[in-house]
Amino acid sequence: MVVFFVVIPLLAAFLVPLVSKMREGSARVLAVLTGSLLLLLSIAGIFMVKNGSIVYSLGGWRPPFGICMVLDGLSVFFLLIINLIGFIALIYSWDYIKRYSSQGLYYTLFCLMLSGLNGVAVSGDLFNLYVFLEITSIASYALVAFGTQAEELEAAFKYMVLGSVASAFILLAIGILFGSVSTLNMADIARSLADSGSRKLILFCLGLFTMGFSLKAGLVPFHTWLPDAHPAAPAPVSAMLSGVVIKVIGIYALIRLVFNVFIFTPAISQIFIWMGIISMSVGVLLAIGQWDFKRLLAYHSISQIGYVIFGIGLGTPLGIIGGLFHLFNHSLFKSLLFLNAGSLEYATGTRKLQEINGSGRAMPFTSVSSLVASLSIAGVPPLCGFWSKLIIIIAAFQAGNIIGGITCILVGMVTLASFLKVQKYAFSKQAGDIVSKIKEVPLTMVAAMSVLALFCVLIGLFFVPFLDQLIRPATNVLLEGANYVNLILGG
Amino acid sequence: MSLYILCFILFLLGFYCLLVKQNLIKKIIGFGIMEYAINLFFILLGYRWEGEAPILDKHQVIVNFVDPLPQALILTSIVIGLGITALMVAIVIRIYEKHKSFDINEIRKLRG
Amino acid sequence: MKENGMSLIVKRITRITVSLIFMFGVYILLHGHLTPGGGFAGGVIIALSFIHLVLAFGKETAFKRMDQVGASIAESFGGLMFLGIALLGVFAGKEFFLNVLPKGTPFDLFSSGIIILCNIAIFIKVGAGLFAIFVALAIMRIPVDDPGQEDGR
Repeated sequence: MVVFFVVIPLLAAFLVPLVSKMREGSARVLAVLTGSLLLLLSIAGIFMVKNGSIVYSLGGWRPPFGICMVLDGLSVFFLLIINLIGFIALIYSWDYIKRYSSQGLYYTLFCLMLSGLNGVAVSGDLFNLYVFLEITSIASYALVAFGTQAEELEAAFKYMVLGSVASAFILLAIGILFGSVSTLNMADIARSLADSGSRKLILFCLGLFTMGFSLKAGLVPFHTWLPDAHPAAPAPVSAMLSGVVIKVIGIYALIRLVFNVFIFTPAISQIFIWMGIISMSVGVLLAIGQWDFKRLLAYHSISQIGYVIFGIGLGTPLGIIGGLFHLFNHSLFKSLLFLNAGSLEYATGTRKLQEINGSGRAMPFTSVSSLVASLSIAGVPPLCGFWSKLIIIIAAFQAGNIIGGITCILVGMVTLASFLKVQKYAFSKQAGDIVSKIKEVPLTMVAAMSVLALFCVLIGLFFVPFLDQLIRPATNVLLEGANYVNLILGG
Repeated sequence: MSLYILCFILFLLGFYCLLVKQNLIKKIIGFGIMEYAINLFFILLGYRWEGEAPILDKHQVIVNFVDPLPQALILTSIVIGLGITALMVAIVIRIYEKHKSFDINEIRKLRG
Repeated sequence: MKENGMSLIVKRITRITVSLIFMFGVYILLHGHLTPGGGFAGGVIIALSFIHLVLAFGKETAFKRMDQVGASIAESFGGLMFLGIALLGVFAGKEFFLNVLPKGTPFDLFSSGIIILCNIAIFIKVGAGLFAIFVALAIMRIPVDDPGQEDGR
């Protein structure tokens, strides 16, 4: 049932403080149990949607009078990403969080964040989407500030101010939209906007929405919080933030609104394409000069999200397939890279690349999974990143966008250079004096990283059935914008 | 219509305060002003001409009510704003403990 | 700092006003489906009564009534109660959050199904939560000059 995606993590978040007062260390058992249950539910959801989408109305009130939750191809795709990366991050935190003093707080905030993310993915009502977005954002602000060192607090304050401004813009846009069409159900808004609607006010609304959601997604020129906030968080939280949160509350909400509620005009397409091209270039150019491992990964996140928005902004079916496939791959390998950075920090105590050289000999699992992830993000065949970048480049040339295609190829080459530098310094240089003191990280962290690396390789080898089963239904939902209305209000 | 423009001007004033002031506490106050402006805008959206408060009494004839839906939405929004303000103040208190100053020019450690 | 609350006059008056504030909060809660207010407003008023105790009597005396651990447990309990009530609909075989209890006659005090139970759950959660926020912000001492002060966590 659709509503359990939100209820199960909420139950866990309320039970964890009670349980962790009774016995220290039992909170993580409850959290991992929750994560596994959610993963099983989301895999079951993929099979439930094959016969058509599911609409669930809360409290028995039929839409458009009540709040409804919708499970269609796009929602199921994002639910899989959220719960898979969430489960792996929870397994990684089993041993990593022992360094911080209050474990119960961490698991409460993490489960609240999971609940909010799932709620954004299944929501069918505009204000409900905003409320779940705020739950996710507040939980992530608190998680970024979790270590309470001076740098983390400053990064958390910067993230918080910018995130609140974005939420204020989104709420203002919801207010203006509500004043125009007098309803909050997304299908009903789509129907009203198709009939009539004063054009200037609706364009202003769309501009405010784009500003707000682009800030949440980390697109240029709204990216300034990302290089400070993502390195400052604990490693599993960084993996969730960079791998899931910026995608669900930024990209998913934006494309759900633009494709299914508003009309996807060529002007919006041009805006997305140019934002994508600028994000790609700025992200990778700023990443070249970084010597802090996690900060470098955060800049690369900006660049790869630029790829995704560029692919989706092309508007053609191949472009959207490429964009969504790259989104899935990016969440896999970027989470793996952040978990690797966390393992390096756990073992050696520092994040600077010049100081951790030669750790590859002492930590075999970490170095192999890091090699797989680096080759994947650079786009080397036959790993998963190569196929998604190839599809985006082919779609760009097919749509006649030569500048975009050439930018994609050049940015891919610079990404490869940047990650070869990381591999050389962190793992393969001559063993320094630091390597005699470090050993491999504990078993749960190794297991989490190995599972993600295995997924990278498997998706790279068997990507054709994956595209057919999972991404093609998601693309169809986006392309038939008007069908959304018939699905919810007709049935 | 002019009321909505005034709400928007209040929002821009709060935004200006958030951007320009250099004291952290003043930034939090600026964010509070922005939040009040948006809540006020929402409630004004629900006003109907010559309407009364939307509470049904036992011996009441149905007359003109203002729209109660924005009022329910704003309750949620006020609670969210309360949560964000509390978290901001907690983080600012911790920043003061570490840096001994509220001035934003002195707490810039993260560069590049 | 050796403060143990405020002066004697404040303490005498507080004994009376705290119970009045408490009763007022419970009144706003119970008539939530008839008059404006309900769970959230009642919870804020209850939190204010606890804060009134802390301000007038000092930290140690007030913490005998309700302290941080109690607030945390009450908050979790309130949240679980709300989710449990909302799941009653699912266990009865129908929708989530459906109004499944008997609804009674309109404009009565004990009518309208699950609305009053949900209000009570929100009341407990908000009251405990706001008091916990106040305690977390107020017992954190900023180490100015005293070497003997501990900053709370």
